[in-house]
This record gives sequence, structure tokens and C-alpha cells, in this order.
Amino acid sequence: MNYKKRSRYAYMYLLPFFIVFLIFSLFPILYSLILSFCDMDVLSGKFTYVGMRNYKRLIESGFFFKTIGNTILIWLMSIIPQLTIAFVLSLILSNRWFRGRMILRNIYYFPNLVTPVTIGLLFGAMFSYPGGAINNIISALGLEAVDFQNNQMLARVVIAIAICWKNFGFNIIYFTAGINSIPEEVLEAAEVDGASSWQKITKITIPLMKPILIYVMVTSIIGGLQMFDESKLVFTNVPGDATTTMVKYLYDSAFVRFQFGYAAAVAYGIFVIIAIFSVFSLIVTKDKSDEYGAKKTGRRKG
Amino acid sequence: MKDKALARSKAKRITARTIVYVFALLVAVAAFYPFFVMIISATHDNYNIVAKVNVLPGDKLAENYARLTQNIDLYRGVFNSLLLAVAGTLIQNYFTAMAAYAFSKFEFKGKNALFGVVMVAMMLPGQLGIIGFYKEIQALNLLNKYFTLLVPSIANCFAVFFYKQYLDGGLPNELLEAAIMDGCKELSIFHKIVLPLMVPALVTQGVMTFIGSWNSYLTPLIVLNDKKKMTLPLMIATVRDSTHADYGAQYVGMLVSVIPMVIVFCMASRVIMEKISIGAAVKG
Repeated sequence: MNYKKRSRYAYMYLLPFFIVFLIFSLFPILYSLILSFCDMDVLSGKFTYVGMRNYKRLIESGFFFKTIGNTILIWLMSIIPQLTIAFVLSLILSNRWFRGRMILRNIYYFPNLVTPVTIGLLFGAMFSYPGGAINNIISALGLEAVDFQNNQMLARVVIAIAICWKNFGFNIIYFTAGINSIPEEVLEAAEVDGASSWQKITKITIPLMKPILIYVMVTSIIGGLQMFDESKLVFTNVPGDATTTMVKYLYDSAFVRFQFGYAAAVAYGIFVIIAIFSVFSLIVTKDKSDEYGAKKTGRRKG
Repeated sequence: MKDKALARSKAKRITARTIVYVFALLVAVAAFYPFFVMIISATHDNYNIVAKVNVLPGDKLAENYARLTQNIDLYRGVFNSLLLAVAGTLIQNYFTAMAAYAFSKFEFKGKNALFGVVMVAMMLPGQLGIIGFYKEIQALNLLNKYFTLLVPSIANCFAVFFYKQYLDGGLPNELLEAAIMDGCKELSIFHKIVLPLMVPALVTQGVMTFIGSWNSYLTPLIVLNDKKKMTLPLMIATVRDSTHADYGAQYVGMLVSVIPMVIVFCMASRVIMEKISIGAAVKG
């Protein structure tokens, strides 16, 4: 068949996708860049060029850096328990003798499907003061009720718990797939050589799982830095804006304070931060996988 | 002697396994606890919700539900969300499958450059263009229109990438060549051969699109402000503001928002888990 003639159809197939992509993905990104050098008059909606002023304000006000700190802090507090619990549970569920692993896996995973808005409201209500479900338990135990919302750190912890609750089941499925991909023969050989279950985990499973563990870490940084729904919805009023994440700040700047030019600058600020983290994590993963690969070939030679 | 050692090691194994079971069950209880609070609290009046630990269901579900539907048009929200999720899933997956087919089975000028654009766009954070997007649709008079939530969703680079991977491995070129020999028209090749063979991938990606659309919050939040057009998550978010401290009504609202996801999960849990596992296998 005449390939040149056929290639015409390729453009036809690509056209709808790329028209939409140009108009609604690429153009907004470039338009945002232009807007970030402008100021919008709230009444007339007209934009005027102001040069680097928005970016200067972004760096000098310091609040943007505070939201970076909030985001990373909340992310760290959710990712560490999340991955630890998920990894331990995926090891547990990979045991043949373990009964009911399908049911448990489904229970662990289901929170991942719940609408983020619902998660926000649910955790806001559960951790409300003084009559939330958690405080009712605390009171029933004879302790004093805790005002989670008005304590900067506790408010962050509640959001971290919500995110952890939402995502740990997802990671279990991910890790389980990784554990299942470890060749059966390797584990059998170790058993023949007299390795205990503990040795099998620490000497075989964990080293072989390392690439997946690192990959999950890395992708969750990028997702975690874009945290918004929980930050906006769990608590509405936290002292010192301790739970305001970068994207929440972007949203507030544009749709609460109507500073669209400044908000566009915030968007590009977020982009730079995410790019830095992505490049950094790419370097980290690359090194690790090389090391892992080198070890493997080394062993084969020896 | 041997029996004793054997018994001891057996006892040790039983204790270890018991600890493991207890831990796994504790996490399961913790994972289910928020749902438990949601379900139980939805059936109690506000005094009971605030004043004590509720373990048994109450009898105030109907009253809570009545107060909730007084404030918001719940069915409208469910209908709007379903409409957007179904239509969005169909549109997005039809056109992204088309683009992926072009990338996978054709040779044409600029193929690598265009696919490079898709790959780069995949890495850009979603909020980068949101200010420009808002100003653009405002200028085009597209605020408050479902068009704005449906059509832009076609530009899903992840879906194109996913389908291309699938077609590269799952659709033999000989089949297409045979169809061309038989004089099959180009678009009917796509509709009658490519799409049917892509069904497993379409189901997988489609379920993900559906869930993502049902759960999406930020874009509908800035696009829609007409109460009649609001999606369920937007309505649920306004419940707190419009009902003040009416926890009973809020919990019923949350419960309603979870039910469709329970249905999706019951029907498609295997598909969802497979999709996640594919991701792990690619990276692992």
C-alpha cells in the first residue's frame, strides 16, 4: 500500500486531538505566561504590562515560600507513614498462608475512589472541635478535647492523615504488583539455601523492590506538590494560613482576590518548583537504577 | 527433643501470624472507620452527633435527608455529574484512541516531533495554564457551559500515551494491511477493526477517566457557578456553607457522593487494580 497516500489519514486522526490541545492546553499555558507580566484592573478587567513586578512580589513577599514549606511539610507527614504502612501490608498480603487478602486489599483501596471534596468535608467534620467523632472518643476516654483546627501543626497533621488514608491502598496494589514480579525461583533458591522469612524480605524482596519504591516516592512528590482539594476543604480557617498549599495560594490569588496577573506568576512559580523537584528526582532515580543494574551484572559475572 | 523443638517453632509461627493478622485487621478497621462514622452519623440528629460516640445507627436518616435536599438539589447534582462523567469518558477516549492509532500505525512527517510534544505536555503540572484557561473561556463566553468541561478533556496526553503503548503491542500490522487490501475505507478500519480490538484498553482507561471526572473539583469550581449546572462535588462543598453546623445533613450528602463510587468499584475493581499494576510493571 502506498504509505504516502495513507499518511494523509494520520493527520485526520490527529486533528481533533491537536486542535483541542492547542486551544485549551497550549494556548492557556502561553497566555498565562503573558498575563504573569501584567496587572488586571478588577473593575474593567483590562490588563496592563507591569514587567517583572509580579515575580518580584512573589519572591519578596515571602508568603509563597511559606506555602512551599506548608506543602512539603504536609506531603512529608503523609508520605512517610503512607509508604511504610503500604509496604508492610503488601508484604503481609503476599504471603500464601494469609486468608482474606482480596477482601482486605479492597477495603484498603476503596478510600482512593472517594471524591476529594467528600474526604475534605468528612475529615473536617470528624476532627471538628469540640463535637467531632474523634473528639467524642477522646472525651469518652476521659481526656480533654483537642482543637485541631486552631493548632497549626495539628491542622496540618489532620490533612496529612486524610491524604494518607486516601492513598495508602493505591500504593499497596502498586507494591503488590512489584512483589509478584519477583521471580519465584529466586525465593525458592533462597529457601533451599536455608534463608529465614526475615532474610528473604531484607535480602531479596526489599533490594529488588527498590526501583519501584523510589519511583513511587518520585511520582508522589509531583502529585503532592499540586495538593489543593484537601487544603481548601478540610479546615476553612487555620491560624497563620498553616495549611495553605501552593495551589491553594494560586486559587486564592485569582478567584478570591482577583489578582489574575499575580496568580499567573504564582502558577509559573509552582511550575519552577515542580521542575526543580522533578529534575532532582530524575537524577536520584537514574543513579539508583544504574547501581542496581550494575550489581545485577556483577553478580552474574561472579 | 525433636518434637519439643518442632512444637516450639510451631508456637512461634502461630504467634507471629497472629500479630500479622491483628495488624492487618487494625489497619482495615482504621481504613473503614471514616465510612463507619459517615454511615452512622447520617442516621443521627445533630445533638447525638456532637454529644456522644455513636456506634449503633439511629432513626433520623429521613429527617437529615429532607434538610439536605431542602438546601441543595441533590438529584440534579448526581445527574449533572453522571452526564459529565459519561459524556466526558466517551469523547475523551474516542479522540485520544484516534490520535494514538495515528501515532502507532502511520508514518508521517513530524511524527516524532508531535509525539515529543505529547510527552512533554504529560509532564507539565495541570495548574500551569489555569489562569490563562479561565481568562480564555471568559473571553470566549464559555463560562458556565458544559462544553468547557467536556471538550478540553480530549487533550489528555496520558490517554494517548497509554493507547499508543497498547496498539504498538496489541494490534498486528498484518490485520490492517489485509483490511486495506480488501478495500476497507480508512475510517471504517478504525471503527470496525481498531476500536473493537482496543476494548480492554478502552475499558481500563475509561474507568479511570470516569472516576477522575466524577471526582474533579478545581476545574468545575472555576467554570461553573450556575447552581443548576453544578456537579455533585461542588454541591457537597456548598453544603457546609449553606447548612452551618448541620452535621447530619452534611453526612448524608457525603454518603450520597460515595454510593456511585461503590457501584463503580463493585463492577470494575479488577480493571482498576490491573491498571495500577500495569503502571508498576512498566516502571519496575
